[in-house]
Amino acid sequence: MPTLAPLDLDGHCVTAAFLGSIPFFALADGDIHWLDHGHKSAQPHDGLLCASVEQSGKTLLSGGEDGKIIRTSADGASQTLADNNGKWITCVASGPHQAVGYATGRSAYVRDANGKIAEFTEQRTVEGLAFAPKGMRIAAARYNGVSLHWAAASAPPVDLEWGGAHGLVTFSPDGMYVVSSMQENALHGWRLKDGKHMRMSGYPAKVKSVSWSAKGKWLASSGAPAAIVWPFSGKDGPMGKAPLELSTRGDTMVTCVACHPTDDVVAIGYADGMILACLISDQKEALLRRGGKGPISSLNWSRVSAQLAFGSESGDCGIIDLVG
Amino acid sequence: MSDTVNPIPVTVLTGYLGAGKTTMLNRILSEDHGKRYAVIVNEFGEIGIDNDLIVESDEEIYEMNNGCVCCTVRGDLIRVVAGLMRRPGRFDAIVVETTGLADPAPVAQTFFMDDDVRAKTRLDAVVALVDAKHLPLRLKDSREAEDQIAFADVIVLNKTDLVDEETLDKLEATIRSINPSARIHRTQRAKVALDKILDRGAFDLQRALDADPHFLDHDDPDHLCTPECDHDHAHEHNHAHSHDHDHKHEHGVADIHDTSVQSISLRAGPVKQEHFLQWMQKITQIDGPNILRLKGIIAFENDDERYVVQGIHMLVEGDYQRPWKPDEKRESRMVFIGRDLDHEKLKRTFEACQVKQ
Repeated sequence: MPTLAPLDLDGHCVTAAFLGSIPFFALADGDIHWLDHGHKSAQPHDGLLCASVEQSGKTLLSGGEDGKIIRTSADGASQTLADNNGKWITCVASGPHQAVGYATGRSAYVRDANGKIAEFTEQRTVEGLAFAPKGMRIAAARYNGVSLHWAAASAPPVDLEWGGAHGLVTFSPDGMYVVSSMQENALHGWRLKDGKHMRMSGYPAKVKSVSWSAKGKWLASSGAPAAIVWPFSGKDGPMGKAPLELSTRGDTMVTCVACHPTDDVVAIGYADGMILACLISDQKEALLRRGGKGPISSLNWSRVSAQLAFGSESGDCGIIDLVG
Repeated sequence: MSDTVNPIPVTVLTGYLGAGKTTMLNRILSEDHGKRYAVIVNEFGEIGIDNDLIVESDEEIYEMNNGCVCCTVRGDLIRVVAGLMRRPGRFDAIVVETTGLADPAPVAQTFFMDDDVRAKTRLDAVVALVDAKHLPLRLKDSREAEDQIAFADVIVLNKTDLVDEETLDKLEATIRSINPSARIHRTQRAKVALDKILDRGAFDLQRALDADPHFLDHDDPDHLCTPECDHDHAHEHNHAHSHDHDHKHEHGVADIHDTSVQSISLRAGPVKQEHFLQWMQKITQIDGPNILRLKGIIAFENDDERYVVQGIHMLVEGDYQRPWKPDEKRESRMVFIGRDLDHEKLKRTFEACQVKQ
C-alpha cells in the first residue's frame, strides 16, 4: 500500500522534486523547504517564479521576482548564477554539462559551466525554454512559434512558425519532435527533420503540464478531466491517432502529470488535490491521495526510489511512497 | 465574472504621456488608504517609489487563433497576473498602467478571455486620465486618445488649472460626445479622491448600472444631450445625420474635435428574450470589431427581473440584475460606443426585438 507523508507549508508550491533522495519544495514566496533528517528551509529568492531539477538530478535551478537565477544543492546551499536586477524570470531550463537556460522579457540566455553567458533576443517575449537532449541547442517558445538556437554558435536560429502564443516547450527524448503548449488550449508539435506540423487540440483548458514517458513513447498532458496521453512511438508521432484518456473524472480537471522515469506509469494530479497513478498499458489505476486543500501544482518522481513528491497551490505538499 | 469568492479587483489606468498617470500611481502607492496595491507598469524608472509590488512588463498583444481580429489579449498580463496571484496575501488590488499609445481593449479582454486570470481576478474599471490642456491636440493626432476615452468607465480630466472654465465645458462636452456614460471628474495634479477611481465595480453586472442609476437618463446632471438621444427632436437628427458621425456640431464643440468614435443610444419597450439574445449575438459577430463598448438594461417580455448586458468588441456578458421596481418603467435601453456603426440598422434591428403591441 502506498503511504503518504504530508508536509504542510504556507503558500503556492511551484516545484516539488527530489535532489538525489532528498525531497525539495520550492514555494512562490521564495522559500525552499527540504526534508533531510528533519524539516529545513532557506530563502534564496524574494519571490520565486520558476524552478526545475537540473539534468544531473542533484541540484535545483530557480528564477525569481528578484531577477536572480539560483542553483540549490542537496545540502541546501545556494549559489547565484546570474542576476537580472529585478526583472522577473519567466522560465528556467537545465541543459547538458551544467548549462543553464533562463529568460526574461524578450531575451533568452544560456550560461555554460564556466559562467559564460550568451544572449538570444526574440521579437516577442520568451515564454518557455527547453534544451535538446543532444547538443547545446535550446528551444525558445514565443508568440507565433518556437525558435531553435545553437547555444555555442552564432548560426541564425531555426524558426518553427505557428500562429498564436506558445508557452511551455519540450523536446521529445529522442530529439525528433518539439512540442509547445498554446494559449488556445492546445498542444502544437513539429517533426524536426521536415518541419511537419502536429496539431493536438480539443482540450477544455490550457495545458500547463506535460511529461514524456520512459524512452519518449508517450507524451502525457494536463488540461482536461483526464490525463491526455499522445502516442509518439510511430514514425508520424501522434498524427492521425487518438490520444489515450487516463483516469477520467467527471467533476474536476487534471492540473499536473508526471511520467515515471522507467516504467509506463503516469502520476496524475487534479484540481481538488487528488493524486492517482495510472498504468498506460492497461489503464489500471491506484489512488495515491484522496484530495487536499488546493490544485496539485507539481509532481515529480524520485530517480532512486519508488517515491513521488507533490505540491499544491495551497501549500499542502508531501511525499508518497508507493512501496510503503 | 469570476468563480472565486474573493477575486482581486483590477483597475486599468490609461492616458496619454504627460496626462498625469505617474502622479496618480505615486498617490495610489503612497497615500494612507489602508489598501495595498500591486502595480504593473511599463517602466520602473517613472515611479520614484521603491516597492516590490511594482512589476515591470512589456505590453504584448496576442491575437487569439479563432479567426477574430478583435479577440486580442495582453500576453504579458496573463503571465504577470499569474505570478502575482501565487502570492495573494501581499496585496488587495492590482492597477495596470498602459502606455499612452495603448489600445485598452486587449487589456480589458484579458480579464474575460483568459480562464486563469478570470478565475482569480475581476476587472474593476478602466480609468482614463486626460490632460485638459492637450486633449484637443491629442484627439486630432491620435486615434488612441479617442479610444481611451471611448473605453473608459471613469475619466479624470486633469490639469484643469491650465485652461479656463469655458474650455473645460467644451472639453467635457467633447468627452460626452464620445462616451456618454462615463463618470467625469475634473481635477488638478491628479488629485481626485481615490475612491472615485478605485473599487468602482464598473464591469460587475450587479453593480455597474446600479451605481449609474441615471444610465441613459436625461435627468442626469452629467448627461449631455446628443442627437442620438431619444428626445422629441431626435428623429429629425437621426434622419439627417444617421450616416454622418459629426454629431457634436449641434453642440458647438466641433472646433475641438472631429470624432470618429460615436455613441449610439437606443430605447425600446419590452423585448422578446429569444429575439434579443439572437440580435445581440449577431450584432456583436458582425460589428464586433467596430464596437468598443456596449451596455444595456433590458426588459424581457413576461419577466419581472431586469436583465443587464455589457460587452467589449465581440465579448458580451449578460445576467439578471434585480427585480423591476413597481414604479420603474419597463423599457429596454442600450448604448453602443464605436466606429462606423450604422445607427439606422442598430435602431431598426433593436426595435424589431420588441414585443408586438
